Amino acid sequence: MAEGPGAAPPPHGCPGTSSAQAGRAAACQGCPSQGLCAAGGPAASDPAIEEIKEKMKIVKHKILVLSGKGGVGKSTFSAHLAHGLAKDETKQIALLDIDICGPSIPKIMGIEGEQVHQSGSGWSPVYVEENLCVMSVGFLLSGPDDAVIWRGPKKNGMIKQFLRDVDWGEIDYLIVDTPPGTSDEHLSIVQYLSSSHIDGAVIITTPQEISLQDVRKEINFCHKVKLPIIGVVENMSGFVCPKCKIESQIFPPTTGGAEKMCQNLNISLLGKVPLDPQIGNCDQGQCFFSEIPESPATSSYRNIIQRIQEYCALHHSQEKLSNQGME
Amino acid sequence: MEAVGERGNLARVGHILLVLSGKGGVGKSTVSTELALALRHAGKKVGILDVDLCGPSIPQMLKVQGKGVHQCDSGWVPVFVDQDKSISLMSIGFLLEKPDDAVVWRGPKKNALIKQFISDVTWGDLDFLIVDTPPGTSDEHISTVESLRPYKPLGAVLVTTPQAVSIGDVRRELMFCKKTGLRVIGIVENMSGFVCPHCLECTNLFSKGGGEELARHAGVPFLGCVPLDPQLTQSLEEGRDFIQEFPKSSAFPALAHIAQQILDRTF
Repeated sequence: MAEGPGAAPPPHGCPGTSSAQAGRAAACQGCPSQGLCAAGGPAASDPAIEEIKEKMKIVKHKILVLSGKGGVGKSTFSAHLAHGLAKDETKQIALLDIDICGPSIPKIMGIEGEQVHQSGSGWSPVYVEENLCVMSVGFLLSGPDDAVIWRGPKKNGMIKQFLRDVDWGEIDYLIVDTPPGTSDEHLSIVQYLSSSHIDGAVIITTPQEISLQDVRKEINFCHKVKLPIIGVVENMSGFVCPKCKIESQIFPPTTGGAEKMCQNLNISLLGKVPLDPQIGNCDQGQCFFSEIPESPATSSYRNIIQRIQEYCALHHSQEKLSNQGME
Repeated sequence: MEAVGERGNLARVGHILLVLSGKGGVGKSTVSTELALALRHAGKKVGILDVDLCGPSIPQMLKVQGKGVHQCDSGWVPVFVDQDKSISLMSIGFLLEKPDDAVVWRGPKKNALIKQFISDVTWGDLDFLIVDTPPGTSDEHISTVESLRPYKPLGAVLVTTPQAVSIGDVRRELMFCKKTGLRVIGIVENMSGFVCPHCLECTNLFSKGGGEELARHAGVPFLGCVPLDPQLTQSLEEGRDFIQEFPKSSAFPALAHIAQQILDRTF
């Protein structure tokens, strides 16, 4: 950061805004941001983190779906990752929407207007199928025009409640859909899950540089908070005209697209999903695995989901091994 | 020193407009950029304030990424996009050491910078100040609207794409405007339809008509549909002046019409 208060360079030895020491370390003395950092986040001593750890013990895999950029398909991807994983009826899937100001998941999953019920063991999520449940702030609003005009602390409180107070039960995969950016929601989900293992993040982008520049920021965020990256999905890459079958680049990969970025940053590209108008119109609860099974976009989705399953299985067994080694 | 008075650095700014959307990636920065270029084309002096702190796109779209902001006695000097100094821009993109640095800030820090952006940038004489925002209805929006209130903004242009998911988020943004007393200038539907450059077949990639229907439902003006136009996306990637270079493209008439409606409203 350059000149000007509020944008002052961090002092030498700055613990970072996401650290438990933010605003409290010796280096913070005299820093103009000290007050803000100290007040900013939930303290590491927040008892909720331990409670969440207990709750998450019976959640096998946790996957975050991230992107620095909005409107690239995070929620569509999260929803279909959930649908795809739920095809295996022996697995329990949970989808958590932490986009507090723009919750799209209820609409995409076709459960808009559903309500969350309170029981002795907490809030019950909304079930789409027997083995697929969803939680979103959308279920807590009184109507489709109801806006959540909240600053950070209130959003953080909501995310804490979603993790601690929802009766998730035994879950094989918890998928977390996030809003764009690298701010409160992102810091909070990573902090609240800091004592429970997160498998990693799937990062969604579109091919053009305008999108990639935000996505590179998100990748830096992952490095900063030590969140493993499962891989990158390039969405809306190319469009085949349904009439003449010629492909056009609507969002041109002027700097080489996600492929080049992944090479440069040494992270895996999980796949590219072409623009299919049937997907763009699939936003009222239809699942395109059953609606449009033949579309190239659908088969690309299938491959990506398989790679994510393989990643999670591999890391799970590695973790088990290393735990056994420690005993 | 000229009299700055109570309005400080915004004393000589004619009209302030905000570009909002509940949804990300619908084209807020595109609309802000093209609106600025179109107003410049009409002989106006325009400033753009980019308050998207986590994902600033405007510097790239105007090809001024990597430029620095300088400090003078009365504040920060914005970056001028052209030699005539007819478009000036302030963005967090100019304050980052490396372009890929993530701004991992919680609300209070974002609010502090936005307040500074509104009070400390030396815009000078402007006909229009366009404020480009991130998606949502949270810290950035509340702080921007609160800090701009004394300067009586002209209102907000809401951008959406046609599909239901996007419309849903924009309905919430309309409620935000209502609750904060911000006037809605109108709704723009972006990415409505793609005309295949090979066979001229129009495909509605993200469905169609949602923006207009929403405007009717909410009783606010509908400013127009901007089609998906590869020449537009390409210009924005390369930071070229679309309004100047592609007057024959499919998105041009729509963008020019939106700018005209805003001009009509102010004189």
